[in-house]
Amino acid sequence: MFTAKLPDLRTSRRGLLKGAALAAVLGASLNVMRSVAAFAADAAGWPAEAFKQKNEADALKALYGKSAEASDKVKLDAPEIAENGAVVPISVSSTLPKVTAISLLVLENPFALAASYKIPEGTLPSVSNRLKMAKTSKVVAIVESDGKLYSATKEVKVTVGGCGG
Amino acid sequence: MASTIRVRAIAGADTTEVQALVQHPMDSGFVKDSKGNLIPPHHIETVQFETGGKTVFTALWGPAVSKDPFIKFAFKGGKKGDDLKITWIDNKGATDTTTAKIM
Repeated sequence: MFTAKLPDLRTSRRGLLKGAALAAVLGASLNVMRSVAAFAADAAGWPAEAFKQKNEADALKALYGKSAEASDKVKLDAPEIAENGAVVPISVSSTLPKVTAISLLVLENPFALAASYKIPEGTLPSVSNRLKMAKTSKVVAIVESDGKLYSATKEVKVTVGGCGG
Repeated sequence: MASTIRVRAIAGADTTEVQALVQHPMDSGFVKDSKGNLIPPHHIETVQFETGGKTVFTALWGPAVSKDPFIKFAFKGGKKGDDLKITWIDNKGATDTTTAKIM
């Protein structure tokens, strides 16, 4: 009985130790991952607050701290009707000078801000991408030019939404 | 593993046009799986394009960017044979990077 129990205890102790070591390693790697994630969000300057806002005004406030005025110098290219809301091709370009950022908002989406692009000097103020749209919505392009915000708006009709599956 | 980033950068007369396609689920956090459970958000947050030691373009993406995102932009300068480095980071801390030659 006793001799039978002893190795049992040993293995369980070893198992325990192993478990503890594994847990430590796991914990450490989890911490590393967490810090990498935090680092990523911080270092790259992903504006988490702006991406959480539900309407245009709050998103712009969180992202730029100001509001935009409509301008015909912002060109927003989007389809009249999007058959598939999961993939809506949208392009923005502008003839405004000193463009430093371009952002896209889909007002009826759960979160208004969809994407934001930083345009350093030497990069053309023109970008194309594909966005998801939950339903028929106004799409707003925001161009930051010489410290001011300018916008263009277009309504895109969505026949099948791409956010709720 | 093959890179998740496919990129084509073509040098023109005085600008370089870049088109990139990234493989990523871009889960919005609003879609349910077959069992009715919400799939948590899993999307790329930043994509950076660098050439000649300079960042030429930064994308900040929310969950409303389509699955397997596509991006197109152009920058002044850049010549055939130059390196263009692309790096993305998602909200789970995953990352991938690739270096392409400008054509």
